[in-house]
Amino acid sequence: MTSQQNTTERSEDRAQYGVCAFLALLGVAVIVDASRLGEVTSSNDPIGPRPVPIILGVLLLVVAVVYAVDVARGGRGEEEHGEDIDLNIPASWRTVALLVAVFVANALLIDWLGWVISGSLLFWGSAIVLGSRRYVTGLAIAIILSLVTFYAFAIGLGVSLPAGVLQGIL
Amino acid sequence: MGDLTNLLDGFANVVTPTNLLLALVGVIVGTAVGVLPGIGPAMTVALLLPITFGMGPTQALIMFAGIFYGGMYGGSTTSILLNTPGESSSVVTAIEGNRMAKAGRAAQALATAAIGSFVAGTIGTLLLVLVTPVVVTFAISLGPPDYLAMIVLAFIAVTAVLGSSRVRGFAALLLGLVIGVIGIDKVTGQQRLTLGMPLLADGIDVVVVAVGIFAVGEALWVAAHLRRVKSQVIPVGQPWLSRQDWRRSWKPWLRGTALGFPFGALPVGGAEIPTFLSYVTERKLTKHPEEFGRGAIEGVAGPEAANNASAAGTLVPMLAIGLPTNATAAMMLLAFQSYGIQPGPLLFQRESTLVWTLIASLFVGNLLLLVLNLPLAPAWAKLLRIPRPYLYAGILFFASMGAYAVNAQPFDLFLLAILGLLGFGMRRFGLPVLPLIVGVILGPIAERQGRMALQLSGGDASGLIGGPVSFVVYALVALILIWPLLRKVVARPREPSRV
Repeated sequence: MTSQQNTTERSEDRAQYGVCAFLALLGVAVIVDASRLGEVTSSNDPIGPRPVPIILGVLLLVVAVVYAVDVARGGRGEEEHGEDIDLNIPASWRTVALLVAVFVANALLIDWLGWVISGSLLFWGSAIVLGSRRYVTGLAIAIILSLVTFYAFAIGLGVSLPAGVLQGIL
Repeated sequence: MGDLTNLLDGFANVVTPTNLLLALVGVIVGTAVGVLPGIGPAMTVALLLPITFGMGPTQALIMFAGIFYGGMYGGSTTSILLNTPGESSSVVTAIEGNRMAKAGRAAQALATAAIGSFVAGTIGTLLLVLVTPVVVTFAISLGPPDYLAMIVLAFIAVTAVLGSSRVRGFAALLLGLVIGVIGIDKVTGQQRLTLGMPLLADGIDVVVVAVGIFAVGEALWVAAHLRRVKSQVIPVGQPWLSRQDWRRSWKPWLRGTALGFPFGALPVGGAEIPTFLSYVTERKLTKHPEEFGRGAIEGVAGPEAANNASAAGTLVPMLAIGLPTNATAAMMLLAFQSYGIQPGPLLFQRESTLVWTLIASLFVGNLLLLVLNLPLAPAWAKLLRIPRPYLYAGILFFASMGAYAVNAQPFDLFLLAILGLLGFGMRRFGLPVLPLIVGVILGPIAERQGRMALQLSGGDASGLIGGPVSFVVYALVALILIWPLLRKVVARPREPSRV
């Protein structure tokens, strides 16, 4: 298996310390947030809302340290494999960033333009970012898909999807 | 037994034209989505959960029974025809299944998987009917400390037993528990971790978390590493089994079922261990040892049956105690919760009709699956050729639709993006996603049970520890935690087993 050989050959994965830092920071944030809570206890609720987040925060700090020790001793998480995943090619950050941009655009536009338009743009944009070069076919599929989902789910099954600017037309 | 009457009533509820149609739609949609590469059964249920929000709970659960088994079957088709299983539970099926397919026996591999799934699913659901009421009788006597203990066991089981790295499992679990804390504390009304945002006061909807972590995270992760070479899809004809294939398959089906169900029903279960055990058993018992490694039908029949039987088994703790032990069961639990119904021992009293209708629709869905899948297999195989840009664009599209549909607010889509990035990071660093999902679902319940236990004991810490049941459960937890140490002590020199 070539992918496994590459994994062992690759130098140690220092980015994992970033995960430890993230866990530690999250732990501190959770503890700070919990300590800000008022001391509300009663006979109904002897411990109040504070202990659970404080325990979680402490555990996060502990896990962050153990994790860091594991990384220092050469431990590494196995990257997820999958049907369409080729771990031998370097991660394409551009694709991820563009996808997130398209995704966020949908979030910003959905209430105004409505699901049919913003959903079409989401599908079409994502397909192009992912390497589709058949622009017209992609757009046609996108429009059909969002119209079908809108009529089937929003109108047929009562799922709440916005009509947006097309209110009254659809 | 009143259960039989209840089950028959359940069947009567399912066998109306509308409900049968819903079951059929569930099976078709579940299989179609489950077949798509990169989409496992759990993601199938997560993605399809929101489309039922407009329905009543009974209709929705009938559809979900179909989606549940359909998604399971779809996943095995993918692993046989593509050799790259999306779920760890289909890894074993892929070993022999894909070799059979390459040797021109794809049709037989799919047929033995389909019929084996049907046999295992039917027996598994029957056992579910028999076992669940017994578990309920036991569970009904449990108090808050016992529940707390069992939830702790579930946490430890999904983090320490499954997966390769414990510390990464715990990291994922803690992330889930922290997400579960976000929102207004139900008892005191205090806002926790809401960053002062009113939209976070109700907490993050678990559906949004599940869709973000499973679907968006997966889509982003694949997008970063998208294979440029087209993967080889093996063409299939009409699935069928010769007389000899039948003769070689039926025993593995039954043995697989016998292995799968108990493992699924245990809180520390999962499908990985029984499918693996089934594979090893079949390899030992076969009369054709030379075929193993080159496409032995027993190696598909056994593990596939074990996989399905264990899926039926996971519904026992899910329904009777409210404990999900794998991702798909967690999603089914979520389906209940989204209707304000909490699975657990009281479920059978409060929502008797609903549960028995669900169980009846599991039988119906399983039968529909068999009837549909034998003739439709070639069509499902075509789905594997769907151009990848459209496939992953479609996942993002449906994920957005589902997340928006939960509360009809764009804010959830921003959360979805953040959770998607979290899911991406977890895949990059090998953090398992199941502990996170289980943490989000069970964390708040654990806190509630813990606080209730302390309330009952008047704040005395001994109230948390409880009685005999929780002692046993905590002993199990301790055993699991120190197992790696024990194994080193107990370890006998053994040949490294190779699969």
